[in-house]
Amino acid sequence: MLNTPESSRGIAPHHAERFPWKGIIGYVLSIILTGFSMWIGLTHAAQFGAAIFIILGLAVLQIFVQMFLFMHVTESDEGPPWQVLGLLAGLLFVATIVGMSMWIMTFNGQAS
Amino acid sequence: MPISHLSHWGLLVTGDPLIYGADVSILLVSVGIVFVLTYFKKWKWLWREWLTTVDHKRIGIMYLIAAVLMLFRAGTDALLMRTQLALPNEHFLGPSHYDQIFTTHGTVMIFFMAMPFIFALMNIAVPLQIGARDVAFPYLNAVSFWLFFFGAMLLNISFVIGGSPAAGWTSYAPLAGLHFSPGPGENFYLLALQITGIGSIATGINFLATIFKMRAPGMTLMKMPLFTWSIVATNILIIFAFPALAVALALLLIDRIAGAHFFTIHAGGLPMMYINMFWIWGHPEVYIVLLPAFGVFSEVVATFSRKTIFGYKAMVSSMLVISVVSYFVWAHHFFTMGGGVSVNSFFAVASMLIGIPTGVKVFNWMFTMYRGRIRMKMPMLWTIAFIPCFVLGGASGMMLAVAPVDYQFHNSYFLVAHFHEMLIGGVVFGMFAALYYWWPKVFGFILDEKWGRWAFWFWNIGFYVCFEPQYALGLMGMQRRMYTYPAGMGWTALNFISTIGAFLMGIGFIFMAGGIVYSIFKGERDLTGDPWDGRTLEWSLPSPAPHYNFAVIPTITDRDQWWTLKEQGKQDTLRVRAEDIAPIHMPKNSAKPFLVGLAFFVAGFGFVFNWYILAAVGLFCVVILLLARSFEYHSDYHIPVDEVIHTETALGRL
Repeated sequence: MLNTPESSRGIAPHHAERFPWKGIIGYVLSIILTGFSMWIGLTHAAQFGAAIFIILGLAVLQIFVQMFLFMHVTESDEGPPWQVLGLLAGLLFVATIVGMSMWIMTFNGQAS
Repeated sequence: MPISHLSHWGLLVTGDPLIYGADVSILLVSVGIVFVLTYFKKWKWLWREWLTTVDHKRIGIMYLIAAVLMLFRAGTDALLMRTQLALPNEHFLGPSHYDQIFTTHGTVMIFFMAMPFIFALMNIAVPLQIGARDVAFPYLNAVSFWLFFFGAMLLNISFVIGGSPAAGWTSYAPLAGLHFSPGPGENFYLLALQITGIGSIATGINFLATIFKMRAPGMTLMKMPLFTWSIVATNILIIFAFPALAVALALLLIDRIAGAHFFTIHAGGLPMMYINMFWIWGHPEVYIVLLPAFGVFSEVVATFSRKTIFGYKAMVSSMLVISVVSYFVWAHHFFTMGGGVSVNSFFAVASMLIGIPTGVKVFNWMFTMYRGRIRMKMPMLWTIAFIPCFVLGGASGMMLAVAPVDYQFHNSYFLVAHFHEMLIGGVVFGMFAALYYWWPKVFGFILDEKWGRWAFWFWNIGFYVCFEPQYALGLMGMQRRMYTYPAGMGWTALNFISTIGAFLMGIGFIFMAGGIVYSIFKGERDLTGDPWDGRTLEWSLPSPAPHYNFAVIPTITDRDQWWTLKEQGKQDTLRVRAEDIAPIHMPKNSAKPFLVGLAFFVAGFGFVFNWYILAAVGLFCVVILLLARSFEYHSDYHIPVDEVIHTETALGRL
């Protein structure tokens, strides 16, 4: 019985309600990070190469904000930590997609 | 935008008799449905039992119905194309109409036939196989279905309102960009796929969570049925591949409706990047639809050979290897782009490597059959038909993987024949095997064998007659997506034969549908719940399974749990005892998933025609519904013990 994860919602009423500081901080941080990269993009405050570099850096920070403040990456109950395995697989696939797309799109000097 | 000042009638009045025919038939069918529902007073029933359901079994049935209807719709497209190509210089379809038809044929077959079919099987079989009462997130499951459903509707109305997409199912930039494809057609494609794609990602997460967290006690990963394992591999692919498609579609949409230049030719756009991103999703997608079929074959072969599967561990590891390696092969779809020797060599070798785990699986199925007591029932027939077809298609795939030779085959009918051999011979045959295999579990009666065999032979003979000539046509220089061809190319006879094959498959479909109708009235009822002498947990339940699936969650000790218990004569250990029954915790039905789908449909329709107020209204409704859901605290209930006992007694299990 009670093997649907949704069960927690109805069975344990929200008595342990605290102020969601984590969520608020994450929300503000993600707005700041997004706003800053948008500002760079719109105002051309940095040169093209530098702007790309800064925006990529901000994007990586954004990933950490999302994972630690919203996505429960540090939490786990009994059983294997599936989310860590998932992250590792994600890392492999993202590295593949980004790296290989760049490799393919250079056309090895044949075009452009 | 050129679309906004089209008169409203211009959207509907196109002057093409085929489209008027479609208008009229859609109208007649809609009126017919409304009439039947009203006459039999079924509106409330439809709303309460189906549209608001969160039960995985019912969602599975709805996916199944949608998939079969879409098979019919896109199959009709195929027959129209083959009619046009039967003879040279035909004028049955004009060039732009032909473009629209091959585009919708491919799009519907992949997104609205193959995908819902595998989702149907996941929903129908996985919770029952792992001893769960529903999926991890039943509400999300319903959201996924309705996003799929309304995405499919959005694409399907394009034919009669505003014009279908016509840039191929791959919708390559720059052809699909605003410059070469003005009008709402491409927008329909982009938004329909975007909406249905959100649902697909959610389903991937949902079923992975279900399988990892909700297995019955004792069912370790290596005791899971192989179909469930295939769904694990599939969902890993869905989770990592579909976002790539979502991004590609979103960027192209921004290009089209907001004047950006991601994929345009001028202003620094990079059209090849769209093709690259499309296939980052596109190649894993092939395995997303194929791996569940592999899972089905594994179940069917073991059951109908009365043997445990040969090489279980090899089967599991080969599926996982496929799910990873299929990520490293996407550039073989555009060898001719000129990526250079090193790029093409890498992707050619990776593509060939995939043949190894696939070959392992084919051998394991054959070794399972070896010295088995094989029963030639419908699911087994489809499985046996799959093997030669798949091996042929695999061999031509190996030829296509050789990069230098691919310059010759690329985008010719050789390729068309190859991928139809994989997707029909692999996926569709697998889905049909599953249809006949799990049908009694879902509906409580067995599909008629005689009708099934007629359908089987028409499909199979039709398949080879249709597609084998296309290999030759490709080598003779016929390119895909040609709407006609001149006489005197030497292509006429082969094209005519191919068209005959297509119609044979059409007859096969009619026999299949006829068999379903016949079986509804006269089919053998499945009173035991175990019509095939099955091996896995779902066959220990009555057919159809009660709402809560398992009155008492079983404890698993063995890979083929149900088979082992039957061998030892201990089926009674899974019998329900009244004292073990406790109140069963279940999710409540909800109207919100349906409404979320509808709101996305409205938003999508607004974006298609650049009617941003409508789009904003739709998206606003989505947000409101999400908020309403997050403040919903009583989304579940308990089935009291008395009711469970009553149900189980009525099923004769107490």
